[in-house]
This record gives sequence, structure tokens and C-alpha cells, in this order.
Amino acid sequence: MTPVLELRGITKRFPGVLANDHIDLTLEQGTIHALLGENGAGKTTLMNILYGLYKPDEGEIFVNGEPFRVQSPSDAIARGIGMVHQHFMLIPVFTVTENVMLGEESLKPGGFLDREAAARRIREISTQYGLEVNPDSYIKDLPVGVQQRVEIIKLLYRNANILIFDEPTAVLTPQEADELFEIMRSLTAQGKSIIFITHKLREVLEVADIITVIRRGKVIGPVTPAEADQSKLAAMMVGREVKLELEKEPARPKEAILKVENLIVTDETHQVAVDDVSFEVHEGEILGIAGVQGNGQTELVEAVTGMRDVEDGKVFLMGKDVTHAVPRKFTEAGTAHIPEDRQRDGLVLPFPVMENLMLCTYYLPPFARRAIIQWDYVMLNATRLVQEYDIRTPSIFTAAGSLSGGNQQKVIVARELSRPIHLLVAAQPTRGLDVGSIEYIHSQILKRRDEGVAVLLVSTELDEIMQLSDRIAVMYRGKITATVSAEEATKELIGLLMAGTPLEDARQQIQKKATQSEKIGGAN
Amino acid sequence: MTTNSEQPKKPGVGQIFLEELNNRFKPPEKEKKRGRVGQTIAIPLLAVFTGLIIGGIFIILTTEQVYAAFGQSFGAGLAAAWEAVSKAYSGLFTGAFGDPARMIAALQSGDELQIRRAFNPILESLVTSTPYIFAGLAVALGFRAGVFNIGAEGQIFIGALTATFVGYSITGLPAIIHVPLALLAGAAGGAMWGFIPGWLKAKTGGHEVINTIMMNYIAFRLSDFLLTGPMKRPGSFNPVSPEILPSAWLPRFFPDPIRFHLGFFIALGIAYLVYWYLFKTTWGFELRTVGTNPNAAKYAGMNVTRNIVLAMSLSGALAGLAGANEVLGVNRNLAMAFSSGYGFDSIALALLGNNHPLGVVLASLLFGTLRSGATRMQLTAGIPNDIISILQAVILAFIAAPAIIRTIYRLRKPTVEEAGVTIRGWGG
Repeated sequence: MTPVLELRGITKRFPGVLANDHIDLTLEQGTIHALLGENGAGKTTLMNILYGLYKPDEGEIFVNGEPFRVQSPSDAIARGIGMVHQHFMLIPVFTVTENVMLGEESLKPGGFLDREAAARRIREISTQYGLEVNPDSYIKDLPVGVQQRVEIIKLLYRNANILIFDEPTAVLTPQEADELFEIMRSLTAQGKSIIFITHKLREVLEVADIITVIRRGKVIGPVTPAEADQSKLAAMMVGREVKLELEKEPARPKEAILKVENLIVTDETHQVAVDDVSFEVHEGEILGIAGVQGNGQTELVEAVTGMRDVEDGKVFLMGKDVTHAVPRKFTEAGTAHIPEDRQRDGLVLPFPVMENLMLCTYYLPPFARRAIIQWDYVMLNATRLVQEYDIRTPSIFTAAGSLSGGNQQKVIVARELSRPIHLLVAAQPTRGLDVGSIEYIHSQILKRRDEGVAVLLVSTELDEIMQLSDRIAVMYRGKITATVSAEEATKELIGLLMAGTPLEDARQQIQKKATQSEKIGGAN
Repeated sequence: MTTNSEQPKKPGVGQIFLEELNNRFKPPEKEKKRGRVGQTIAIPLLAVFTGLIIGGIFIILTTEQVYAAFGQSFGAGLAAAWEAVSKAYSGLFTGAFGDPARMIAALQSGDELQIRRAFNPILESLVTSTPYIFAGLAVALGFRAGVFNIGAEGQIFIGALTATFVGYSITGLPAIIHVPLALLAGAAGGAMWGFIPGWLKAKTGGHEVINTIMMNYIAFRLSDFLLTGPMKRPGSFNPVSPEILPSAWLPRFFPDPIRFHLGFFIALGIAYLVYWYLFKTTWGFELRTVGTNPNAAKYAGMNVTRNIVLAMSLSGALAGLAGANEVLGVNRNLAMAFSSGYGFDSIALALLGNNHPLGVVLASLLFGTLRSGATRMQLTAGIPNDIISILQAVILAFIAAPAIIRTIYRLRKPTVEEAGVTIRGWGG
């Protein structure tokens, strides 16, 4: 059978970089083809070529066996190729129907919008593929998982046959991710074909029919999930053996470094985002804060680093009241902060690496002497850190913005961890990074913990929380609904807590399930 | 530390300048020379070149003789067009730099007055460039801090007012004290005029673009009022201030008619000072960080609002110096007609100079030369000097939209998008 999509020898050069080096990719109808690779490996470039955003230097694309010259995204859409972007392209104040028909409006005579017709189609699509959604709901009222379904419906509404999912699970709870996989299977069962871009090994093994790994612009593979396991895939991505399981000594927590009491923080719209939260982080332990994105973690982190003022409650740092202190106070008291959004807060992208490496302590000796910047030392410091933290950059004069995401993050980690600290607040420290960088950053965080630093780790990646934390607190709608020890924490339990289930109920549910499966197991 | 073999070589000023120009993006090794320095310098140069061509087209279109000649024959038309353009641009050239033949003749004759007259145009160009340097630095400093100071014109007026006042009202001072005092007064006046919109932005979020425009109107009307009232020259029928005392004059280096004065060198000194401040001190680092990414500045513990107020005040002070420089060095009084447009042109200068002090100085020399040459062009070629405004406008349009230049000359687009510091100013 002719494959629905075939890329042959796609090559794309950027000045000095070979982003795609003769990439071959074959997508068979009705399959899920996972595209796995480190950040900067060339996945995005390849998809942008397929989507008409870049022109390949060499190579051909075939859709259903016919050559396909793509000039723009509209060409791609016309040929039935659609992309579910990582960041949704939806208008919050429009209904599902309005969002779906946007750009493809069905009209009644006289030029009026025919919402009913569109809603009917949406209902058909949603029953056909198991994409439950109410066409009349407003996007802003829908949970993230459902918004993603709307994105998928948008593509199906435009008769897409090849669907590209770009890191679709980044914003989902584990349960929502499972639902998405169901939907993906249902789509392929009915003849659609899927390219699934991800960096999460577990998901690839769970859902993909075939896996292509891209490393430094070259294809490694393809392999089938049956032939591969997580460590093999990781090795293919990185090009060497990767330790997926961290070797972690048990924590030896001592005194409380950070103490938060009845903290209330509001967001930009003056809504309470952090609601009466109390916790302690001790010397030598990692407290992980789990939760679906947008449950107050951002505001919490900002409040305990001085970036956002506190409405009520107290924050103590090593016994000192720092409730309303400015960020510099926190820095000077020995807080390191890896911010959630590295490009927004953590870096000045147009500035060279060496300037970004002095961002928080630029005014202190030896970086500056009486307000005169000691450029010799700045360069020396940068050269050292670039080497020590393996930051891949053409030079220390290169703008931080032209580094890959992983290396940008390493710049921040290098800067924050290279000074003496008592508390590390790490928010999404590995978001969007490749396996190699994640491994490295995790090992650095653990190293600090073992040296006696108190670590507050906030992450929406459950794997990360489970791997690193000594205790796990779950945030749901601004409250810490439960704190469990690392021993008790299972993916299932934390997943239920993240969805708002009270701790006792969650425990019971898991117990029930366990006994049920035992029964089934016994019956078999 | 110095014995460490890994320590990189200390770059010279020139290298830092190039790095700075390019710290937006540095392509990998191979393309370094062409892509890197190339784009930042090529685009302004090509913009000027293209501006001259378009200016030429306007000259042709506005010259009646060309139409008449085309009526006779196509060849005659082309000849007339060529003549009009070459006459205009050679007039511009001799107006700006002087007539080489005349210079040689004057030197041979040995007549001092002749020599002075022959060399006056080029020195006059420097005189015209001087306020441009101050005002361009003012706007560039603002852009570096992420604020868009459209109020340079008003700040120039206030700086001229305060400098004039100190220049004529305080008597009995030696020049060594009076001149700096008058300059400082100008800087202080401008600083105050910049501080107000800066403070409003920091405290109330009022956009500095709106507020500096409003401050311009206040400055214009305030100077109207003062020159017709309290600061009016006694016994004069014109709205003009009293003559500034000679002790406050910026010294001129040559006898009349050459007006070339100390202000030019002060401007160069200030340009170096701004460079030093921006790139060598922690204050400058804060300013640039606040201007490039205020979120990161806050994260790094910098006081964003204080830096905005500071930047607007410093920007105002530089613009105030432009005004002081003009009244103390050239006019020696303040007249109501003292409207230069320097303040508005300076926005273009900052853009053209890529918000770098050295770039601003070069751009100012270009604009000063064009403006000074235009007067002569009007006399010799009969081309209205408004053509220079068109030329400046076209150059600016090309600088603001570099895609046009890239398309015309098939330049490659830089890979990292040009998230210019300048653009940020608009967003507030």
C-alpha cells in the first residue's frame, strides 16, 4: 500500500548548522508514527518543512504517492495535513463552534453565519471519534484537555487525514493524557494517520506504532515499540547510555530553611491564586509541588522569591521574615531561583551568554568594583561556567537567544547554582528539554540537595516530581490538598490528587482498584 | 587569576563595539565576517545610498526644466534630468564639505579670510552635527532603557531656556565657571523635563510617548511666554532673550565667519561618557537589562521603575545639553524662532546609529552634513532644501523597515529575529 506521507532525503541547512540531514520518514495509513528527539535535533524544522513554513534545500515530499510541493500552511491543510500546536490557537471568548468554523465559515443565504450547520458537523465528528465536547461551550470555560480536543476537531472539520501532534501531553494531567491516547487510537482505527512529536519516552512506547528518532538532524531508526525500551530509546536520542533512574540517597533533612505560613497570593486579575498555603522545606530535602498547570504554582513560586507581593500570610527564610522582601533580598539571603519561564524571566535573550551568567550578582565583587564592571572577570567566569556546565555555545559572546532551549536552561542553572546558596527554588527546571539536559539538571539539583541545600521543586511533569522529590505536595485550585512521602506516592495517586480528588478518596480508589485487579487476576 | 591559561583575551573598544552591535545574533564561525558585521553596517549604508537615489528621483520630478526637455526629445530629457541631479548633489557636496578647487586657490593665495571662507562649509557641517549628537544620544539612551523619548524637542527648548537664563543673568563670573554652569543649567532643565514623564510612567503607567509629546507643547508655549514676558530683551520689539554674556559663550576656535566651537568636542566627550556608562558600569548594565527585558531585570533584583525614571532624566539632560550647546555656542541668545527639529530628527539618528553612541555620532555627522550642505544646494542649484527632509525620511523608513533594504539588495535575513530594543519602546 502506498504510504500516506513520505519524506525522502529532506535536507535543510541553516548557516553553519545542518538541521535536517537527508531525513527519510514514511507514514503508513492508520498508524501513529512517533518522532522522538532532543531539543534542537531537527524535529521542529522537519515539521515546519512539511507545513510549508520552510523550504527544504533538498529532498521530496509525497502525499499518497504524489509529489507534494508545499509553499504555505494552507497548501498543507488543503492536502489534508493538520497540526495540533503545543500552544492552542483558540479564542477564549468564542464558543467551540465559532472557534472551529473560524476561517472555514459555513454561511446561510445573505452572508450570515450558519452556526447550526457547523455545530451539527462538530457533533458528528465528536461522536465518530469519541471527542466529547459541547459545541456551545465557551473555550474559556473548558479544561485544557477539552480545549485540545477542540483543536483536533478543528483539523477534522477541515478534513485532515494526517494529524501532527506537537508535544500534546505537555499541558495535560496523566489521566487527560491517557484520554488523549484513546482518542489517537480511535482516530487511527478510522483511517487517520498521526505524527506524534514528543520527548517523553514512556508515552512513545505506550501509543506509537513505529518510532523514528532524530539525532542532530539525522534519522536513527525507525524502531517498533516492541523492539525498544526506554533506555534504548534514550540512548538513541542522545547517542550514549543515559541513566534514566536517578541514584538517590535517602534525604537527611535538617532545619527548616523556607517556611511558608497561611500564604495568600493573588494573580494579575486579583483572583486568589494561592489560597492559605503552609509548608516547610528543610535543609537537604527536596519538596516537590505537583499539580496541573495553572493551579497557583506560578504565583506560589513568585511569592517565595520576592517576584510577587503577598496578600496575607508569612514567608520565613532561615528564621527571618521575608514576607514582603524584594527579589534582591532573597538572592542575598542565599536563594537561587530557576524561573518557570526561562525566556521571560531568566534570561535577557539579546545579551551575550557572559552577561546572562552574571545577571543576579552583577553588582557584587568580583563582577563589579565600585560600579565598574570587571569584564575580565565576567569573561573568566563565563568561560569557566560554560565548560563546567557543558553549555554548548559558539562563544561566550553569543546572544543567549541563539542557543537551544536546553543550553539556555543550562545558562540559568549554571548561574544560579554557581554561588553559595541555602535554598533552591526550581520551577519547571526541565520543561521542553531533551533527555541529556534533563539528566544533567536533575543530577545538579540532587547534588545541591546532598550538599544541604533546601530545594523547592515545582513541576507539572509528574515523572520529574516522582524522581526527585523526598516529599510531594499536590496543589489544586490554589490549595495544597495533600502532602505525601515519596514512598507512598504512586503515579496513580498523585494523578488523582492533581485532579482534585481528596487524599482519603484517592487512597480508597486505588485500594479498590488493586483488589479488583487481584480478583480478575485470580479469576484468570 | 591572571595566570589562568583559559582567560580570554581582553577585547579592545572596537571589538566590543562590534560585539555590541551584534549581540542580537552572531552566526556561526564561517559566516562571521559577512553576515555579522555586514548586516548592521550594510543596512544603514544601503539605506543612505538608496535614500540618495530616491532623493534624485524627487529632484527630477520637481524640476520644471526636465519636463520641458522631455517635451523636446527623450535624450534631452535624460540629459536635463542628469544635470538637475548632478547639480543638486554637487551643490550638496560643496555645501557640506567645501569646494576643493576654492580651498586650493585660497591656500595658494595665502589670504586668511579666503582660507577661512573656503574651509567654513566643512566646519559648519560639524557645527550643525553637534546638537544632533547630543539629541541623538538622548534618544538612544532612552531606547536602551526601553523608553521612547519623543520629548527631546521640548527638552532642548527647556535646556536652551535655562542655559540662556544662567548665561545672561549671572554676571561677574569667569568663563571657566560660567560656561560649565550654563551647560549644567541646560542639562538640569532638560533632565527635569525628562524626569516628569519618566516619573509618570513609573508611578502611574502613563505612556511616555504621550506624555513627552504633551511636555513638548508645554515647553514650546512656556518658552513663548518667557520670551514675550519675563525673559524678553529690554527695549526689543522682538521676542528674544537678552544677549548671553561673553563669559558664558562656548569658545570658538577661529575668527568669523567660522562658528566652529568647543561644543563639538564636548559632544564627542559626552558620547564616550554615554558609551562608558552603558557598557562599562553596573548602572548601564541595569539600564540595558531593564530596556531589553524588564521581567528579567526584576528577577535579577533590579529596580525597574527607578531605572526608567533615571533613564528619562538622563535622556532629558542630554537633550537639554543640545539646547544649551546651541544657545551658548552658536546663537548667543534665545529667540522664539529657535526651533530646530533637532529633537525629532534625533529619533531617526538613534535608529540609524543602532542606539550605540558611536553609531549616533556617525549618523549625526551624516545628518549634520546633509542639513548644512542643503542650504548651499538651495542657493547654487535652486533645489529646495526640503529635499533633504525627504531624504532623511526615506533613510529612516528604510532603517525602520530593514526588510525593504534586504529585499532590494538580496541580503540574507538574520536567523534570530531582530527584536530590536527600539521596537520595545513602542509597547511601553
